[in-house]
Amino acid sequence: MATHIPHSVPDAALSGAADAANATKTVKMPVGIPGHTLREEERTVPASEPPVLPINSELEYIGKPVERWDGRLKVSGSARYTADVQLPGMLYAKFVNATAPHARVVSIDTSAAESHPGVKGVHIIESVLGTAVLRDPSLEKTKYPVVRYAGQPVAAVAATSPQAAEEAADKVKVKYEPLPFVVDIDLARGPNAPLVFPGAADEAGTAGGGGSEAGLPQTGNVHGPEVKKQGDAEQGFRDADVVVDARYTTQVQTHSALETHGVVADWKPDLLTVYASTQGTASVREELAGYFHLPMSKVRVITEFMGGGFGAKFGAGNPGVVAAALSRKIGAPVRLMLDREEEHLSVGNRPSSDQRLRIGAKKDGTITAIQLIAYGTAGCGTGAGCAGPAHNLYKWASLHTEENDVFINAGPAAAFRAPGHPQGAFALEQSIDELAVRLDIEPIDLRDRIDENPVRRVEREVVRNSALWKSRNPKPGADAGPIKRGVGLSQSVWYRFVRMESAAEVRVHKDGSIEVLSAVQDIGSGIKTVLAQIVAEQFGVPPAKISIKIGDTNYPVGPNSGGSVTTLSITPAVRDAAWQAAQKLLASIAPALHTTPGDLTLSGGMVRSASGKFQPIPFRSAAAKMNTDQVAAQAKRVPDYEPKKYDTYGGVDVAEVAVDTETGRIHVKRVLSVHDCGRPMNPAQVTSQINGGVIQGISYTLFEHRLLDPNYGLMVNANLDKYKIAGAYEIPEMEVILTEAYLGQSSTDASGIGEAAGIISIGAAIGNAVYNATGVRIRQLPMTPAVVLAALNQPQPMVEAL
Amino acid sequence: MNSFVLADCSTVQAALSQLKDGAVVKAGGVDLLDRMKNGTDSPKRLVNIRNIKELRGIQATANGMSIGPLTTLGEVADDPAIREQYTVLADACGHAATPHIRNMATIGGNLLQELQCWYFRSPDFQCLRKGKEICFAFSGLNQYHAIMDYGGCPSVAPSSAAVALLALDGSVELMSAAKGKRTVAIRDFYVRPDANPQKFNVMTDDELLTAIHIPRPAAGTRSAYQKYGEKESHDWAIADAGIVLEMDGNTCRRAVVAMGAASPVVRRSREAEAALTGKPITQETARAAGQASMTGAMPLSMNAYKVQLFPVAVYRTILLAAGQMDRDPYAAG
Repeated sequence: MATHIPHSVPDAALSGAADAANATKTVKMPVGIPGHTLREEERTVPASEPPVLPINSELEYIGKPVERWDGRLKVSGSARYTADVQLPGMLYAKFVNATAPHARVVSIDTSAAESHPGVKGVHIIESVLGTAVLRDPSLEKTKYPVVRYAGQPVAAVAATSPQAAEEAADKVKVKYEPLPFVVDIDLARGPNAPLVFPGAADEAGTAGGGGSEAGLPQTGNVHGPEVKKQGDAEQGFRDADVVVDARYTTQVQTHSALETHGVVADWKPDLLTVYASTQGTASVREELAGYFHLPMSKVRVITEFMGGGFGAKFGAGNPGVVAAALSRKIGAPVRLMLDREEEHLSVGNRPSSDQRLRIGAKKDGTITAIQLIAYGTAGCGTGAGCAGPAHNLYKWASLHTEENDVFINAGPAAAFRAPGHPQGAFALEQSIDELAVRLDIEPIDLRDRIDENPVRRVEREVVRNSALWKSRNPKPGADAGPIKRGVGLSQSVWYRFVRMESAAEVRVHKDGSIEVLSAVQDIGSGIKTVLAQIVAEQFGVPPAKISIKIGDTNYPVGPNSGGSVTTLSITPAVRDAAWQAAQKLLASIAPALHTTPGDLTLSGGMVRSASGKFQPIPFRSAAAKMNTDQVAAQAKRVPDYEPKKYDTYGGVDVAEVAVDTETGRIHVKRVLSVHDCGRPMNPAQVTSQINGGVIQGISYTLFEHRLLDPNYGLMVNANLDKYKIAGAYEIPEMEVILTEAYLGQSSTDASGIGEAAGIISIGAAIGNAVYNATGVRIRQLPMTPAVVLAALNQPQPMVEAL
Repeated sequence: MNSFVLADCSTVQAALSQLKDGAVVKAGGVDLLDRMKNGTDSPKRLVNIRNIKELRGIQATANGMSIGPLTTLGEVADDPAIREQYTVLADACGHAATPHIRNMATIGGNLLQELQCWYFRSPDFQCLRKGKEICFAFSGLNQYHAIMDYGGCPSVAPSSAAVALLALDGSVELMSAAKGKRTVAIRDFYVRPDANPQKFNVMTDDELLTAIHIPRPAAGTRSAYQKYGEKESHDWAIADAGIVLEMDGNTCRRAVVAMGAASPVVRRSREAEAALTGKPITQETARAAGQASMTGAMPLSMNAYKVQLFPVAVYRTILLAAGQMDRDPYAAG
């Protein structure tokens, strides 16, 4: 199949390069949804941009379910993850972690550890990363950092074997002066609660989100509120015919990536090399350079393969800084990988929430007011805000939200896949469902009236016509017998964030081989494959033939992967670089082929003459005619063509559940996910991300729960046995329908899917399905048998429609 | 994990001679290695019996069946004779943990696994069972803990196989170099926490579990086991039931109702059994037995839901055993 991208521009366009920087051109781009709203819109773009990419159906590799570029390496065990890195003379480090939830460290005696056989060095931690910090540091003058959660790293030991390091870590004697602690959010809000911080404390967000606004008020342990008001909400409630008023609570979820946090740090006089399990090679380099006062050029960060991060793996963090410090001190490479317990305790989680949500509406569904008063705990960090969905899913006449972080003595939260949104949507989308019941309007019809997003409108139409939705009995609790079936839906919203620090180089060698270089890392979602598809499309050769070299800060800067930014940020840079390299290649070989570059096209593995000057020749043979050994081009992300336009994504998820009303068990039978992510670059990988988001969402909704003992402040289920995560039997029959929605924003017009993929909406979809099954609403996560039976046992007030 | 000496034994006699100086027996190693890795156990000497061939396999005997303790849960679950005559045991072994674990874990190890209470399993909590004064579960997190017969420790009996063997009137054969063989009924094998909080079963340090015996079932016997977890994959029971019914036509001549996740030691509910004995098995009698199974329940602060759940597990498993109901599609395993 021939590709429809023009592979050259008129030769005249290559002249006048001096003006090229500011020159623009006007192009017509496909915008909208094929089969629904597809049209052409004009965009004014830099003149140096490659020709407009047609829609997926007209392309050969982009938009196709191309096999994962590194799939075979992963399934065969050949992929080298951070824990597989083995350097000559490498040492193994182990943290010494605090055993108390709140304490001053009085003394640390390392002598026994240092004389333990095999030990090469001990490091005492001077500052703990990842937590909120006091606005006024003088409130706390201590020799060692104050322990604010059980599991907080205090020191670390490096030894010649993991066993020796572990044994020696046990020999570090830390003397604590215990302080009063609080691990329960309700108690922490109380007037006489022990204080986690002696004064106001703040935490900045990471590249993945999280954190909170600086300078918010703080009363006791309550940091906030962050107040947002638009319109007059009190008037809005007075104008309402119906007010839905409910309280929702959600639990703390830990990231539980398969690969734990960790690094191998190799400090040499001329260069600090760090192999890191990270979502941001750039963020790790920046933090290490800053911490150790090194020039950026003296720090190299490598992430060849990555076993999951979900938002918790930005920056060097405590493991990165400590491993580098030990490596510098000892003069040998140091590996520091966390164990599963440390992973649960100290490197992030999704904050809890306790939300009071009021929605006022007119009889026709028009929302007159939304009010959300939310508290949540991010441990000794911040980032529990969850008002995003209330702000951004529906149109409202007035809005009032207050978000509060409540400090407790627990490990700090970190950005976690769609920060704040699974919590916020769990409440909002169940209340919208309840509103539909009260107004006696079908849930899809109500959303058609209050949701202005044109893509979700099309997605709801797909849902409305689906067999699954048609199988829904609108009457709640209609099934006879103890096991009742129900179907519910929920929507999600996420935002278009572009990271401009996204660059790549494409090289073509005289032997016909092509390579792409960028510091961008593949966190597992498959960006390597997508980059190969883009370059393959440009050169007309199969993606498997392209060498993808990424995840190394030696290459041009890449975006940190968080907030669904990777694909939409890096792919335009790669396409631009590929296109420019192709132009250089054609210019280089044209003389030998007795033609002009403009006469040459690349497709089907061949170089062709548009005017028929020669029979198509294989790409490799043509490349051999280059008048140089290599051509290369580097490009950086061009800003979105039309920022602020089409700036959200979303989807509609439908869940079918079987609720066993005698055991309180909820079994999710089927999930239909109708989602958009602009131009799907690789539908198989997009589907895979949505499958993952749905599973993670089911796991969050039904099972996962960080449990802290209230009397001692210790986590009792810091493992993968009693911290319960969905397994094979919990995975429903899943169907994903992608909505191609062209936005006309860049040379690839790619978007992102990581956050919007199911995790936001599945909780409320299950909640609404449970209501449909039983007539009872579960407003608490996780929906365990204990929670479900308690709800079913409550006498149910009759819900009366207007 | 601590350093240890591994004594690899290929005969029972060799293993018995190694059982000294605080040695701990390793069979499949599933539970033991967990305890060693999380620091709750640090034996200096491991006696590996995994390769003792005579301790593995299932044999018919004059009175019933003999199961070698090294037979894996998977092998027990797949054995045609066990499946047909001792369905409750095949069900219990076949729905434990995960397929991977069932392929490694031995039935002997399953019977001898230690408590799953998270306080007991944490090196940070020194509890009653570890020789201290205090139980942390009563005033702490106890949603998965016992609802009856708990005395000073409400951790629940962890072994599904033990529930089935109790229901089948099974027994274990124990052997030591000094004292030779003895046989102990499963009902007498486990030690209640109020009798001795530091002792989980009657075995002495020099004894090895060498066989599991189950008597031949009476004519007309039907049996079944089901467990309920929060999850269906890889979860511990929050309620379970092992049921044996001896039927005379439609009438239940004798019933056994056994439970694991209700109490620290596997128990039979005489009240539930009485509700079935001499009666036909119907929805009504099965439900009545389920309700009766909770006689004497005293839930803790967070586990009242189990009092509601157990009667369901019991009645559904009675009906399953009687052939009147399919296996619950959402039961665990």
